[in-house]
Amino acid sequence: MSTVTVSEAGGGRDLVITTSPHMHSRWTTRQVMWFVVLSLLPCVISAVLFFGVGQLLVIGSAVLFAVGTEALIQYLTKKPIAIRDGSAVITGLLLGLVLPPNFSPVFTALGAIFSIAVGKMVFGGLGYNIFNPALAGRAFLQAAFPVAITTWTMPQFAVDTVSKATPLAAFKFDHVITGMQPLVIGNVGGSLGETSAIAVLIGGGFLLVTRVANWRIPLSMLVGVLLFGGIIWLIDPAAPNPLFHVFAGSFLFGAMFMATDYVTSPVTNLGLWIYGMGISLIIVLIRVYGGLPEGVMYSILFMNAFVPLINRYTRPKIFGEVA
Amino acid sequence: MIFKTFPGGVHPAEQKELSEHCAFEIMPDPDVVILPLSQHLGKQARPLVEKRAVVVKGQVVAEADGFISAPVHSPVNGTVKSIGRESNASGFVKDALVIIPAAPAEGEEAPTQQFLPPLDAATVSPADIRARVKEAGIVGQGGAAFPTFVKLSPPEGKTIEVVILNGCECEPYLTRDHRFMLERPEAIVGGLQLIMRALGVRKGAIGIENNKPDAIEAMRRAVQGVEGLEVVALKTKYPQGAEKMLIKAVNGREVPVGKLPLDVGAVIQNIGTAVAVFDAVTKGEPSLTAALTITGHGIRTPKNLIVPVGTPLRNVIAYCGGLTDDAAKVIVGGPMMGVAQHDLSAPVMKATSGIVVLTKAQARAEEETACLRCGKCIDACPLHLQPTRLARTSQLGMLEQAEEYGITVCMECGSCAYTCPAHIPLVQWLRLGKQKVIQMQRKRSATT
Repeated sequence: MSTVTVSEAGGGRDLVITTSPHMHSRWTTRQVMWFVVLSLLPCVISAVLFFGVGQLLVIGSAVLFAVGTEALIQYLTKKPIAIRDGSAVITGLLLGLVLPPNFSPVFTALGAIFSIAVGKMVFGGLGYNIFNPALAGRAFLQAAFPVAITTWTMPQFAVDTVSKATPLAAFKFDHVITGMQPLVIGNVGGSLGETSAIAVLIGGGFLLVTRVANWRIPLSMLVGVLLFGGIIWLIDPAAPNPLFHVFAGSFLFGAMFMATDYVTSPVTNLGLWIYGMGISLIIVLIRVYGGLPEGVMYSILFMNAFVPLINRYTRPKIFGEVA
Repeated sequence: MIFKTFPGGVHPAEQKELSEHCAFEIMPDPDVVILPLSQHLGKQARPLVEKRAVVVKGQVVAEADGFISAPVHSPVNGTVKSIGRESNASGFVKDALVIIPAAPAEGEEAPTQQFLPPLDAATVSPADIRARVKEAGIVGQGGAAFPTFVKLSPPEGKTIEVVILNGCECEPYLTRDHRFMLERPEAIVGGLQLIMRALGVRKGAIGIENNKPDAIEAMRRAVQGVEGLEVVALKTKYPQGAEKMLIKAVNGREVPVGKLPLDVGAVIQNIGTAVAVFDAVTKGEPSLTAALTITGHGIRTPKNLIVPVGTPLRNVIAYCGGLTDDAAKVIVGGPMMGVAQHDLSAPVMKATSGIVVLTKAQARAEEETACLRCGKCIDACPLHLQPTRLARTSQLGMLEQAEEYGITVCMECGSCAYTCPAHIPLVQWLRLGKQKVIQMQRKRSATT
C-alpha cells in the first residue's frame, strides 16, 4: 500500500494517509518462512546425530544451491532479489532432509538447481508454483540417479537390523515389520530428516502451535492413513498395521513439512481434508500394492496437481447464501 | 464458560486499557462549529438559516429533505458565519454551515436553548416516539449513521421479534460504548424499551463482548426484573459488532445475502443510539453532541468526551493534550474501518465514535509480497468469502467471476487485509472490485 503524506492544515505536521484497516497482525511472509526454517532444525540435528556430521555437506549443498539458483535467476530476469524471504532456504533444507545419508553433494546440488529453476521459478516464483519444489527436485534425482538415491547408510547406534535397508524396504522385500521404538527414536535406515519421529514431531508441533501450518493437513493425513491402512490391514493380514504406516518412512515428515506447503496445498477447509485424505490413500496403495517401498513423495506431488481443481470445487458457502 | 460468537474473524490487540477507565468529560464549546448538512446516510438536510443569522442552542438550522434524511440542530448559541464547502472526516469536501459560538455579553443572560418538550417515557405512544426521534435528528451511532427514525418505521408486512443493542464495541481502542454502559445503564435500558415500544416488540437483547465484564455486570443489573430483556455475553472477536455477525451470535440466524436484519425479524441499534433516544424523549434534547473516545499511543491524554457536534478534530485533539512527537496517523472511527485524516479542521459529526492516533512505528507499512495461498484470509472472512481469489479477479478486471464468487457480499471489515502475512491490500482490492461489479450490474439492469 503506498502512503501519501500531506501537510496538516495549519499545523505543519505530516500525516500518513492510507485506507483501512490501520492495524495488522504480526505476521509477515518473511517471518512465516523463517519459522519454518526454525522448525526444521530438530530434523537437521537428528540427521547429524544418527548419520554423522558429514551430512551437513549434503544439507548445506542443497541450501546453498537452492538460494544461489534463486538469486541468479532473479538477477538474470531483472526481478528483485528476494532470497531474504527464506523460501529458498526452506526448499534447500527440505530437499537435503529427504535424501539418503552420504548422498553425493554434487548430485544434491543438481537436485537443488532443478527444485528452484524448474520446480519454482519457471512458474513465476514464490506463490505461483504448482508442485512442491523440494519434492520436484527429489523426483528429478530419483529419475536421474536411481541407484545412488536408494543406497542407504545405516545410522550410528543402529539396532541390529535384519536388513541393511529402510523399514519400508524391509517390509516390502523381506516382509519384516520394524519395531516401534527405533521408528520413534530414529536409529533406523532412511532419508536424513525422516527417520526420527521425535524430531519431526517437535518441529511439526512448533509449526502447529504457532499456527504457521494448517492443522487440517497433518490431521486429515493421519485420519486417512489410519482409515485406509486399517481397512487394508483388516482385509489382508500380510499388510502392515496402520501405526507402522504412520511411523515408518517419510509419512510424518511429509505430513508436517511437505504437504503443509502453503503454495501447493488447497486454501479451503474442505479442500484441505480432501487433499490430506487423498495423499494418505495413495501412500497406502503404493506402499502395500505398488512396486516402490515408499510413496509419500509421489502422493504429495500427485495431489499437488489437483489443488486448483480442489479449490474450485470446494468453494465455501457464503454467509447467508441460499443453497 | 462458552461465549456465543460467529465462525471466522480475527483478534487484533484490543488496546482498550488506554481509555477504558476514563469517565466521560464534557468538552466546552469550541471557537468554531462546522456543521455538515449530511451527517447521515441519505439526502443532505436543507439549510433553514442564512449567513449572519443568529442561532441558539437546539435550534433547527437545516431540515430533513425526504424520507431518508435527518435535520441538523445548532449545538451552540452563535452566529452563522458562512454556508459552503468544508473539509469532512469522510475525506471529501461537503456542504456545511459554519457557526461562530458567542458567549452572552457582560450582564446579559444567555438566550434560552430551544429543546423539545420532555415526554413521559412510561406513557409515550409509539407514534410519538418515532416523531421525536425524527425531530431530534438522531442517527445510528454504529458507524453508518443511518437515520434512526427510518429503522423504527419498518415496511408493512415485516414482523420484528427482537431488538438487539450492539454493545460489542469490537473495534480495537474504542471505549465509548463501554463507558456508556458503566455510566448510563438506566438510560440504555430506557432507550431500548422506547425503541421496542416504537416497533411493537417484546424481546430485547444487549450483546456485549466478554472483554468488558464490568459492563456486562452493570447491564445485567439494569435489566434485572425487566420483562423480555436479556444481556448476552459474546466472545471478544472482530467483527463481532457487525450486524450480521451479532445476529448470528445472539440468536443463530443468518441474514440471507442481499437481505436486511429486518428479514430475520431483528433490528439492531447501537448503545449510543439508545442513549440518544432516551435523552430525546425524556429531556427533549436533540442530537447536539457526539460521544467519542480520543485515544491511541499518539495522543498525550486519552479521554472519553462528550463533544458539541461540529467541533473541529484539531480542537478535540488539543483538549486531550495534543499529539505526541511520534504521532503519524489520525483516524476517525476505529483502526479497522476508520478513515485516516489529512485535514484536522474536519469536524466531529453525530455518528463519530472516536479519534485514534497511531505512532510512526504503528503506521509503518510492511512490504507487500506475492500471495502464498496460505488461506488465512479465507479462515478470517466472517462472510466466508475467498478474499485472495476476489482480490485477484479485481486486479485483473474479471468482474463476472468476482460477481460469481460473491464480491458484492463483502462488508469491507478488513479482517482479510489484517491477517494477510504477505501484506496484500486485500480489502482495498475488494472495495474497488465491488464498486465495479455494482456499476456493471446497474448497467446490465439498465439495458434489459
